[in-house]
Amino acid sequence: MYILIVGGGKVGSNLTSTLMKMGHEVTLIESDRERYALLEERFEHVVRPGDATELFVLERAGVERADLVVAVTGDDEDNIIVCQVAKEKYGVPKVIARVNDPRNQPHFDMVGITLTVSATATILALIEHELPQHELVTLIDLKRENLEIVEFAIGQGSPAAGKYVRELNLPSRSRLISVTRDGRAEIAIGDTQLEPGDLVMAILEPGVEEELKHQLMPTMPA
Amino acid sequence: MKLLIVGCGRVGSSIARNMADDGHDVSVIDEDPEALQRLPESWPGRFIHGHGLDTEVLVDGGIATADACVVCTDGDNTNIVIAQIARTRFHCPCVVTRVFDPARAAFYDKLGLQTVCPTSRSIEVMTQAICDTPGRSVA
Repeated sequence: MYILIVGGGKVGSNLTSTLMKMGHEVTLIESDRERYALLEERFEHVVRPGDATELFVLERAGVERADLVVAVTGDDEDNIIVCQVAKEKYGVPKVIARVNDPRNQPHFDMVGITLTVSATATILALIEHELPQHELVTLIDLKRENLEIVEFAIGQGSPAAGKYVRELNLPSRSRLISVTRDGRAEIAIGDTQLEPGDLVMAILEPGVEEELKHQLMPTMPA
Repeated sequence: MKLLIVGCGRVGSSIARNMADDGHDVSVIDEDPEALQRLPESWPGRFIHGHGLDTEVLVDGGIATADACVVCTDGDNTNIVIAQIARTRFHCPCVVTRVFDPARAAFYDKLGLQTVCPTSRSIEVMTQAICDTPGRSVA
């Protein structure tokens, strides 16, 4: 694969060396002159100087034949523009962007950049996953399929505690996948009985979270 | 009409002043609080200190109900993203955006943004000025 990486910080440079070791053809673009000089000692001709939001810089780096463009600069607007231009103007089949400020996530979604990575959001998701607070936690967001896989704990006061899955009045656009009890997971079937402390995974269409919460979680005191 | 201006530099502040003088309802956003100094002392409109990429700031500036939005911060990429937010997410009927880089301006024009490229304009005007002078003709 030919991979174009934009932004030669820690993420970009480590990606470059790893992907090269994996046998991919890589070009790294770095706009800061001093940083470029350092990278050039390490990567030689693989790194190119320039601002990748300038179209000619992308073109000279061979964006037209790139299989993948990865934008990992520290500027969200630059990452958005690089990915949008790569996809829309040069027809690059896959783009991946780094989101620095999670508040900018909707802007990436808006222009159709579906593959994004945000350190803050990832760590937050991990915290939520490790410290469940009877909240619905999104494990996987399948944007293209318009589905989400979520996880939640069945609390003491849950209206679902003690019930069989088949008795639950779940939203029609949702299904329970599995139930984990004492560290052991089983596929959720109609005969699965839910107990307080169970960790349940479910698949659903975005929008029915509240309804699902209502069915499975204790009503929060106002 | 209700107007939102993102970026209170020379261009933004001048448009703000002119439109307010004509009786329009103008709000201005800039990330530098000092930019307020560019507006007249008796500035009748609003000034919001914040970044134009921040949706809350845009909403505070009235993007959801603005008739028009002018985007002229000093960053091309920032402007392009803000303009797309105004158009796509807030359905602002008129969004004009400054983009210094002619290549990006042309591409985003194709995508439907209304861009103004001062670089292209300068190139045209200056070239025209040169071509229009007879020079030191050797008659």
